Amino acid sequence: MKPAPFEYHDPRSIDEAVALLARHGADAKVLAGGQSLIPLLAFRLARPAVIVDINRIPGLDYVRNEHEGLAIGALARQRQLERWALDGSPFLCTALRHVGHAAIRTRGTIAGSIAHADPAAELPALLLCLDGSVMARSSSGQREIPARELFVSHLTTAVRADELITEVRLPGLPDGAGWGFLEVARRHGDFALVGVAAVVALRNGRIAQARVALFGCGAAPVRATPAEQALAGQAPTRGTFAAAAREAAGTLTPDADLHASAEYRRSVAHTLMVRALAAASERARGPG
Amino acid sequence: MPKTLLRLRVNGEDHDVAAATHKTLLEVLREEMGLTGTKHGCELGECGTCTVLVDGQPVLSCLALPIELEGREVTTVEGMAVGGRLHPLQQAFAELGAAQCGYCTPGILLTARALLAENPKPTRQEIRTALAGNLCRCTGYTKILDAVELAALRSTGGEP
Repeated sequence: MKPAPFEYHDPRSIDEAVALLARHGADAKVLAGGQSLIPLLAFRLARPAVIVDINRIPGLDYVRNEHEGLAIGALARQRQLERWALDGSPFLCTALRHVGHAAIRTRGTIAGSIAHADPAAELPALLLCLDGSVMARSSSGQREIPARELFVSHLTTAVRADELITEVRLPGLPDGAGWGFLEVARRHGDFALVGVAAVVALRNGRIAQARVALFGCGAAPVRATPAEQALAGQAPTRGTFAAAAREAAGTLTPDADLHASAEYRRSVAHTLMVRALAAASERARGPG
Repeated sequence: MPKTLLRLRVNGEDHDVAAATHKTLLEVLREEMGLTGTKHGCELGECGTCTVLVDGQPVLSCLALPIELEGREVTTVEGMAVGGRLHPLQQAFAELGAAQCGYCTPGILLTARALLAENPKPTRQEIRTALAGNLCRCTGYTKILDAVELAALRSTGGEP
Protein backbone atom coordinates (compact mmCIF):
# COMPACT_ATOMS: atom_id res chain seq x y z
CA MET A 1 0.00 0.00 0.00
CA LYS A 2 0.97 3.62 -0.28
CA PRO A 3 0.88 6.58 2.08
CA ALA A 4 -2.33 8.64 2.09
CA PRO A 5 -2.06 12.37 1.34
CA PHE A 6 -0.94 14.66 4.13
CA GLU A 7 -0.19 18.32 4.66
CA TYR A 8 3.58 18.73 4.51
CA HIS A 9 5.75 21.17 6.43
CA ASP A 10 9.53 21.43 6.39
CA PRO A 11 10.50 23.80 9.20
CA ARG A 12 14.00 25.32 9.13
CA SER A 13 14.46 25.59 12.89
CA ILE A 14 13.56 23.70 16.06
CA ASP A 15 11.40 26.63 17.18
CA GLU A 16 9.45 26.48 13.93
CA ALA A 17 9.07 22.70 14.26
CA VAL A 18 7.74 22.80 17.82
CA ALA A 19 5.37 25.64 16.90
CA LEU A 20 3.90 23.34 14.23
CA LEU A 21 3.63 20.50 16.74
CA ALA A 22 1.93 22.85 19.23
CA ARG A 23 -0.57 23.86 16.55
CA HIS A 24 -1.36 20.40 15.20
CA GLY A 25 -0.82 18.20 18.28
CA ALA A 26 -1.76 14.57 17.77
CA ASP A 27 -2.70 15.22 14.11
CA ALA A 28 0.98 15.70 13.30
CA LYS A 29 3.84 13.22 13.00
CA VAL A 30 7.52 14.07 12.89
CA LEU A 31 9.45 12.76 9.90
CA ALA A 32 13.20 12.28 10.31
CA GLY A 33 14.67 9.18 8.62
CA GLY A 34 11.22 7.80 7.82
CA GLN A 35 12.26 4.17 8.17
CA SER A 36 9.59 3.48 10.81
CA LEU A 37 7.08 6.21 9.93
CA ILE A 38 6.74 5.58 6.19
CA PRO A 39 5.92 1.87 6.61
CA LEU A 40 3.27 2.92 9.17
CA LEU A 41 1.86 5.38 6.62
CA ALA A 42 1.98 2.81 3.81
CA PHE A 43 0.20 0.24 5.99
CA ARG A 44 -2.25 3.01 7.03
CA LEU A 45 -1.51 2.10 10.64
CA ALA A 46 -0.93 5.81 11.07
CA ARG A 47 -2.72 8.43 9.03
CA PRO A 48 -1.54 11.81 10.26
CA ALA A 49 -3.08 14.90 8.68
CA VAL A 50 0.23 16.75 8.97
CA ILE A 51 3.85 15.70 8.49
CA VAL A 52 6.54 17.83 10.09
CA ASP A 53 9.72 16.98 8.20
CA ILE A 54 12.73 17.99 10.32
CA ASN A 55 15.34 17.06 7.68
CA ARG A 56 15.96 20.68 6.72
CA ILE A 57 16.71 21.89 10.22
CA PRO A 58 20.43 22.64 10.16
CA GLY A 59 22.84 21.44 12.84
CA LEU A 60 20.89 18.47 14.16
CA ASP A 61 23.02 15.70 12.65
CA TYR A 62 25.78 15.69 15.26
CA VAL A 63 27.41 12.92 17.29
CA ARG A 64 29.74 14.31 19.94
CA ASN A 65 31.37 13.41 23.23
CA GLU A 66 29.50 15.21 25.98
CA HIS A 67 27.96 14.58 29.39
CA GLU A 68 30.39 11.64 30.00
CA GLY A 69 28.95 9.92 26.99
CA LEU A 70 27.55 10.75 23.60
CA ALA A 71 25.19 13.52 22.60
CA ILE A 72 23.40 12.48 19.42
CA GLY A 73 21.37 15.01 17.45
CA ALA A 74 17.89 14.18 16.19
CA LEU A 75 19.11 13.87 12.60
CA ALA A 76 22.19 11.71 13.23
CA ARG A 77 21.78 8.59 11.10
CA GLN A 78 22.32 5.07 12.34
CA ARG A 79 25.07 4.48 9.74
CA GLN A 80 26.78 7.64 10.89
CA LEU A 81 26.88 6.42 14.51
CA GLU A 82 27.92 2.96 13.32
CA ARG A 83 30.94 4.44 11.51
CA TRP A 84 31.73 6.58 14.54
CA ALA A 85 31.47 3.52 16.81
CA LEU A 86 33.80 1.38 14.64
CA ASP A 87 36.68 2.97 16.49
CA GLY A 88 36.46 1.99 20.12
CA SER A 89 32.74 1.46 20.82
CA PRO A 90 32.08 -2.20 20.00
CA PHE A 91 28.94 -2.31 22.18
CA LEU A 92 27.27 0.42 20.09
CA CYS A 93 28.57 -1.01 16.86
CA THR A 94 27.23 -4.49 17.61
CA ALA A 95 23.81 -3.17 18.61
CA LEU A 96 23.59 -0.93 15.52
CA ARG A 97 24.44 -3.75 13.13
CA HIS A 98 21.33 -5.54 14.30
CA VAL A 99 19.17 -2.57 13.26
CA GLY A 100 17.56 -3.41 9.91
CA HIS A 101 19.97 -3.53 6.99
CA ALA A 102 22.53 -1.08 5.65
CA ALA A 103 19.97 0.68 3.43
CA ILE A 104 17.67 1.21 6.42
CA ARG A 105 20.54 2.55 8.55
CA THR A 106 21.60 5.02 5.84
CA ARG A 107 18.39 7.00 6.42
CA GLY A 108 17.20 5.82 9.83
CA THR A 109 18.03 8.04 12.80
CA ILE A 110 18.91 7.05 16.35
CA ALA A 111 16.34 9.44 17.80
CA GLY A 112 13.67 8.22 15.39
CA SER A 113 14.09 4.58 16.36
CA ILE A 114 13.86 5.56 20.02
CA ALA A 115 10.80 7.77 19.42
CA HIS A 116 9.11 4.97 17.49
CA ALA A 117 9.61 2.62 20.48
CA ASP A 118 9.08 -0.71 18.83
CA PRO A 119 9.31 -3.17 21.73
CA ALA A 120 11.58 -5.45 19.69
CA ALA A 121 13.97 -2.69 18.55
CA GLU A 122 17.61 -2.57 19.60
CA LEU A 123 18.24 1.13 20.20
CA PRO A 124 15.55 1.67 22.87
CA ALA A 125 16.99 -1.32 24.77
CA LEU A 126 20.53 0.05 24.41
CA LEU A 127 19.41 3.43 25.76
CA LEU A 128 17.70 1.71 28.67
CA CYS A 129 20.72 -0.49 29.42
CA LEU A 130 23.09 2.51 29.46
CA ASP A 131 20.72 4.63 31.58
CA GLY A 132 20.50 7.20 28.80
CA SER A 133 17.93 9.89 28.22
CA VAL A 134 16.39 12.10 25.55
CA MET A 135 15.98 15.86 25.44
CA ALA A 136 12.43 16.83 24.47
CA ARG A 137 11.57 20.36 23.31
CA SER A 138 8.19 21.98 23.06
CA SER A 139 7.12 25.57 22.57
CA SER A 140 6.94 25.87 26.36
CA GLY A 141 10.45 24.61 27.11
CA GLN A 142 12.80 21.68 27.27
CA ARG A 143 12.98 18.63 29.53
CA GLU A 144 15.19 15.58 29.88
CA ILE A 145 13.35 12.26 29.94
CA PRO A 146 15.33 9.33 31.37
CA ALA A 147 15.05 6.06 29.44
CA ARG A 148 13.41 4.39 32.45
CA GLU A 149 10.45 6.79 32.16
CA LEU A 150 10.46 7.00 28.37
CA PHE A 151 9.17 3.65 27.13
CA VAL A 152 5.54 3.39 28.12
CA SER A 153 4.13 0.68 25.88
CA HIS A 154 4.02 -0.65 22.32
CA LEU A 155 5.00 2.29 20.04
CA THR A 156 4.27 4.66 22.92
CA THR A 157 6.68 6.93 24.79
CA ALA A 158 6.41 9.64 27.41
CA VAL A 159 7.19 12.23 24.72
CA ARG A 160 4.07 14.38 24.28
CA ALA A 161 2.51 15.12 20.89
CA ASP A 162 3.70 18.74 21.10
CA GLU A 163 7.30 17.72 21.89
CA LEU A 164 10.24 16.98 19.60
CA ILE A 165 13.19 14.80 20.63
CA THR A 166 16.13 17.04 19.81
CA GLU A 167 18.92 14.94 21.30
CA VAL A 168 19.65 11.45 22.57
CA ARG A 169 22.13 11.15 25.44
CA LEU A 170 23.93 7.87 25.57
CA PRO A 171 26.28 7.48 28.55
CA GLY A 172 29.42 5.39 28.12
CA LEU A 173 30.03 2.09 29.88
CA PRO A 174 30.90 2.36 33.59
CA ASP A 175 34.67 2.16 34.21
CA GLY A 176 36.05 -1.31 33.68
CA ALA A 177 32.69 -2.72 32.64
CA GLY A 178 32.16 -5.30 29.93
CA TRP A 179 29.15 -5.66 27.65
CA GLY A 180 27.07 -8.33 25.98
CA PHE A 181 24.54 -7.88 23.18
CA LEU A 182 22.66 -10.82 21.73
CA GLU A 183 19.44 -11.35 19.88
CA VAL A 184 17.56 -14.06 18.09
CA ALA A 185 15.68 -13.14 14.91
CA ARG A 186 14.21 -15.23 12.11
CA ARG A 187 16.53 -13.54 9.61
CA HIS A 188 19.46 -11.21 10.08
CA GLY A 189 18.15 -7.64 10.12
CA ASP A 190 14.63 -8.51 11.23
CA PHE A 191 13.25 -7.22 14.47
CA ALA A 192 14.31 -9.48 17.32
CA LEU A 193 12.14 -12.28 18.62
CA VAL A 194 14.05 -11.65 21.82
CA GLY A 195 17.20 -9.69 22.59
CA VAL A 196 19.36 -8.82 25.58
CA ALA A 197 21.78 -5.97 26.26
CA ALA A 198 23.93 -6.49 29.37
CA VAL A 199 26.67 -4.62 31.20
CA VAL A 200 28.78 -6.09 34.00
CA ALA A 201 31.42 -4.33 36.12
CA LEU A 202 33.64 -6.43 38.41
CA ARG A 203 35.48 -5.52 41.60
CA ASN A 204 37.84 -7.92 43.37
CA GLY A 205 36.50 -10.82 41.39
CA ARG A 206 32.86 -10.10 42.25
CA ILE A 207 30.07 -8.34 40.40
CA ALA A 208 30.10 -4.67 41.38
CA GLN A 209 27.24 -3.78 39.09
CA ALA A 210 25.11 -5.58 36.51
CA ARG A 211 22.55 -4.15 34.12
CA VAL A 212 20.27 -6.08 31.84
CA ALA A 213 17.78 -4.73 29.32
CA LEU A 214 15.49 -7.21 27.58
CA PHE A 215 13.62 -6.47 24.36
CA GLY A 216 11.01 -8.29 22.31
CA CYS A 217 9.65 -9.65 25.59
CA GLY A 218 6.64 -7.43 26.23
CA ALA A 219 5.03 -4.12 25.34
CA ALA A 220 8.24 -2.17 25.96
CA PRO A 221 11.91 -2.93 26.62
CA VAL A 222 12.48 -3.69 30.32
CA ARG A 223 15.33 -3.62 32.80
CA ALA A 224 15.66 -6.79 34.89
CA THR A 225 15.99 -4.74 38.07
CA PRO A 226 15.45 -7.47 40.72
CA ALA A 227 17.91 -9.74 38.91
CA GLU A 228 20.44 -6.90 38.67
CA GLN A 229 20.16 -6.33 42.42
CA ALA A 230 20.52 -10.03 43.12
CA LEU A 231 23.69 -10.18 41.01
CA ALA A 232 25.50 -7.38 42.86
CA GLY A 233 28.18 -8.80 45.14
CA GLN A 234 28.00 -12.30 43.67
CA ALA A 235 30.79 -14.22 41.96
CA PRO A 236 30.43 -14.01 38.16
CA THR A 237 29.75 -17.69 37.54
CA ARG A 238 27.46 -19.45 35.11
CA GLY A 239 25.36 -20.60 38.08
CA THR A 240 24.89 -17.05 39.34
CA PHE A 241 23.89 -15.83 35.88
CA ALA A 242 21.49 -18.75 35.40
CA ALA A 243 19.73 -18.02 38.70
CA ALA A 244 19.38 -14.33 37.80
CA ALA A 245 18.10 -15.17 34.33
CA ARG A 246 15.56 -17.61 35.76
CA GLU A 247 14.27 -14.89 38.04
CA ALA A 248 14.10 -12.32 35.23
CA ALA A 249 12.52 -14.64 32.64
CA GLY A 250 9.84 -15.68 35.13
CA THR A 251 8.53 -12.13 35.36
CA LEU A 252 8.33 -11.53 31.58
CA THR A 253 5.00 -11.39 29.78
CA PRO A 254 5.97 -11.69 26.12
CA ASP A 255 3.42 -11.70 23.31
CA ALA A 256 2.71 -14.79 21.30
CA ASP A 257 2.49 -14.36 17.54
CA LEU A 258 3.08 -16.39 14.40
CA HIS A 259 6.85 -16.09 14.86
CA ALA A 260 7.08 -17.50 18.39
CA SER A 261 5.01 -18.51 21.38
CA ALA A 262 5.27 -16.62 24.67
CA GLU A 263 6.86 -19.68 26.26
CA TYR A 264 9.53 -19.87 23.56
CA ARG A 265 10.34 -16.18 23.97
CA ARG A 266 10.66 -16.61 27.73
CA SER A 267 12.97 -19.55 27.22
CA VAL A 268 15.14 -17.68 24.70
CA ALA A 269 15.26 -14.66 27.02
CA HIS A 270 16.65 -16.90 29.75
CA THR A 271 19.30 -18.42 27.51
CA LEU A 272 20.37 -15.11 25.96
CA MET A 273 20.53 -13.39 29.34
CA VAL A 274 22.93 -16.04 30.69
CA ARG A 275 25.11 -15.74 27.59
CA ALA A 276 25.06 -11.92 27.51
CA LEU A 277 25.99 -11.69 31.19
CA ALA A 278 28.79 -14.24 30.68
CA ALA A 279 30.10 -12.30 27.67
CA ALA A 280 29.94 -9.00 29.58
CA SER A 281 31.75 -10.47 32.55
CA GLU A 282 34.39 -12.03 30.30
CA ARG A 283 35.02 -8.65 28.64
CA ALA A 284 35.11 -6.92 32.05
CA ARG A 285 37.75 -9.39 33.20
CA GLY A 286 40.35 -7.96 30.93
CA PRO A 287 41.97 -7.41 27.61
CA GLY A 288 40.92 -9.48 24.69
CA MET B 1 -4.11 16.80 -4.54
CA PRO B 2 -1.83 19.73 -5.35
CA LYS B 3 1.55 18.90 -6.76
CA THR B 4 4.83 20.37 -5.67
CA LEU B 5 7.60 21.20 -8.08
CA LEU B 6 10.75 19.31 -7.16
CA ARG B 7 14.25 19.48 -8.55
CA LEU B 8 15.85 16.07 -8.32
CA ARG B 9 19.31 15.08 -9.45
CA VAL B 10 19.07 11.58 -10.87
CA ASN B 11 21.88 9.76 -12.68
CA GLY B 12 23.88 12.95 -13.05
CA GLU B 13 21.10 15.10 -14.53
CA ASP B 14 18.78 17.63 -12.94
CA HIS B 15 15.09 16.93 -13.43
CA ASP B 16 12.17 19.20 -12.61
CA VAL B 17 9.30 17.00 -11.53
CA ALA B 18 5.81 17.86 -10.35
CA ALA B 19 4.57 15.37 -7.77
CA ALA B 20 2.34 15.25 -4.70
CA THR B 21 4.46 15.37 -1.53
CA HIS B 22 3.10 12.08 -0.19
CA LYS B 23 4.42 10.16 -3.22
CA THR B 24 7.52 8.13 -2.39
CA LEU B 25 10.76 8.36 -4.33
CA LEU B 26 9.94 4.94 -5.79
CA GLU B 27 6.63 6.18 -7.21
CA VAL B 28 8.12 9.39 -8.56
CA LEU B 29 11.05 7.61 -10.23
CA ARG B 30 8.78 5.09 -11.90
CA GLU B 31 5.61 7.01 -12.58
CA GLU B 32 6.72 10.60 -13.07
CA MET B 33 10.18 10.05 -14.53
CA GLY B 34 9.68 6.77 -16.38
CA LEU B 35 12.67 5.16 -14.67
CA THR B 36 11.12 1.73 -14.25
CA GLY B 37 14.40 -0.07 -13.61
CA THR B 38 13.80 0.54 -9.92
CA LYS B 39 11.43 -2.23 -8.91
CA HIS B 40 8.37 -2.03 -6.78
CA GLY B 41 8.27 -4.73 -4.12
CA CYS B 42 6.86 -4.72 -0.61
CA GLU B 43 6.65 -0.92 -0.03
CA LEU B 44 7.50 -1.63 3.60
CA GLY B 45 11.28 -1.75 3.62
CA GLU B 46 11.53 -5.52 3.81
CA CYS B 47 12.55 -6.73 0.36
CA GLY B 48 15.25 -4.32 -0.86
CA THR B 49 14.25 -4.46 -4.54
CA CYS B 50 13.62 -0.68 -4.69
CA THR B 51 17.14 0.17 -3.44
CA VAL B 52 18.75 3.20 -5.09
CA LEU B 53 21.87 5.13 -4.11
CA VAL B 54 21.68 8.56 -2.52
CA ASP B 55 25.09 10.22 -2.48
CA GLY B 56 26.52 6.73 -3.05
CA GLN B 57 24.78 5.09 -0.08
CA PRO B 58 22.00 2.52 -0.46
CA VAL B 59 18.53 3.84 0.38
CA LEU B 60 15.13 2.19 0.02
CA SER B 61 13.22 4.38 -2.42
CA CYS B 62 9.88 3.12 -1.05
CA LEU B 63 10.72 4.68 2.33
CA ALA B 64 12.00 8.05 1.15
CA LEU B 65 10.09 11.12 0.07
CA PRO B 66 11.70 12.87 -2.90
CA ILE B 67 11.24 16.25 -1.25
CA GLU B 68 13.72 15.16 1.44
CA LEU B 69 16.31 14.42 -1.23
CA GLU B 70 16.45 17.67 -3.18
CA GLY B 71 20.06 18.57 -3.80
CA ARG B 72 21.25 14.99 -3.27
CA GLU B 73 22.63 12.72 -5.98
CA VAL B 74 20.27 9.82 -6.71
CA THR B 75 21.57 6.87 -8.75
CA THR B 76 19.26 4.23 -10.19
CA VAL B 77 20.13 1.11 -12.17
CA GLU B 78 19.68 3.16 -15.37
CA GLY B 79 22.71 5.17 -14.26
CA MET B 80 25.07 2.21 -13.96
CA ALA B 81 26.04 1.60 -17.57
CA VAL B 82 28.14 4.40 -19.02
CA GLY B 83 28.10 5.15 -22.76
CA GLY B 84 26.59 1.77 -23.59
CA ARG B 85 29.21 -0.08 -21.56
CA LEU B 86 27.87 -2.20 -18.74
CA HIS B 87 29.15 -1.57 -15.24
CA PRO B 88 31.57 -4.36 -14.19
CA LEU B 89 28.91 -5.67 -11.79
CA GLN B 90 26.31 -5.84 -14.59
CA GLN B 91 28.85 -7.56 -16.84
CA ALA B 92 29.64 -10.15 -14.16
CA PHE B 93 25.93 -10.74 -13.42
CA ALA B 94 25.24 -11.31 -17.13
CA GLU B 95 28.19 -13.64 -17.63
CA LEU B 96 27.48 -15.79 -14.58
CA GLY B 97 23.70 -15.89 -14.95
CA ALA B 98 23.25 -14.19 -11.59
CA ALA B 99 19.68 -13.17 -12.48
CA GLN B 100 16.74 -15.51 -12.81
CA CYS B 101 13.51 -13.55 -12.97
CA GLY B 102 15.57 -10.38 -12.53
CA TYR B 103 13.21 -8.54 -10.23
CA CYS B 104 15.70 -8.22 -7.37
CA THR B 105 18.64 -7.50 -9.68
CA PRO B 106 18.55 -3.67 -9.82
CA GLY B 107 18.48 -3.37 -6.04
CA ILE B 108 21.24 -5.94 -5.67
CA LEU B 109 23.44 -4.26 -8.30
CA LEU B 110 23.20 -0.90 -6.56
CA THR B 111 23.73 -2.32 -3.08
CA ALA B 112 26.78 -4.22 -4.35
CA ARG B 113 28.08 -1.09 -6.05
CA ALA B 114 27.94 0.81 -2.74
CA LEU B 115 29.72 -2.10 -1.04
CA LEU B 116 32.55 -2.22 -3.60
CA ALA B 117 32.98 1.56 -3.48
CA GLU B 118 33.64 1.32 0.23
CA ASN B 119 35.29 -2.09 0.39
CA PRO B 120 36.84 -3.05 -2.99
CA LYS B 121 37.89 -6.53 -1.82
CA PRO B 122 35.07 -7.80 0.37
CA THR B 123 35.07 -11.32 1.78
CA ARG B 124 32.20 -13.63 0.90
CA GLN B 125 30.77 -13.00 4.35
CA GLU B 126 30.98 -9.22 3.91
CA ILE B 127 29.11 -9.54 0.61
CA ARG B 128 26.44 -11.65 2.31
CA THR B 129 26.05 -9.10 5.10
CA ALA B 130 25.85 -6.17 2.67
CA LEU B 131 23.20 -7.93 0.55
CA ALA B 132 21.24 -9.30 3.52
CA GLY B 133 18.47 -6.76 2.97
CA ASN B 134 17.92 -7.76 -0.67
CA LEU B 135 15.64 -10.74 -1.12
CA CYS B 136 15.84 -12.99 -4.18
CA ARG B 137 12.77 -15.18 -4.23
CA CYS B 138 14.18 -17.29 -7.05
CA THR B 139 16.84 -18.01 -4.39
CA GLY B 140 19.71 -17.61 -6.83
CA TYR B 141 22.02 -16.30 -4.12
CA THR B 142 25.07 -18.41 -4.92
CA LYS B 143 25.52 -16.95 -8.39
CA ILE B 144 24.79 -13.45 -7.10
CA LEU B 145 27.60 -13.79 -4.55
CA ASP B 146 29.88 -15.28 -7.23
CA ALA B 147 29.16 -12.37 -9.57
CA VAL B 148 29.92 -9.73 -6.93
CA GLU B 149 33.18 -11.54 -6.17
CA LEU B 150 34.08 -11.65 -9.86
CA ALA B 151 33.35 -7.95 -10.35
CA ALA B 152 35.43 -7.12 -7.27
CA LEU B 153 38.30 -9.24 -8.55
CA ARG B 154 38.25 -7.57 -11.97
CA SER B 155 37.92 -4.08 -10.54
CA THR B 156 40.97 -4.60 -8.34
CA GLY B 157 43.09 -5.87 -11.21
CA GLY B 158 42.85 -9.61 -10.58
CA GLU B 159 41.18 -10.30 -13.94
CA PRO B 160 40.25 -13.92 -14.59
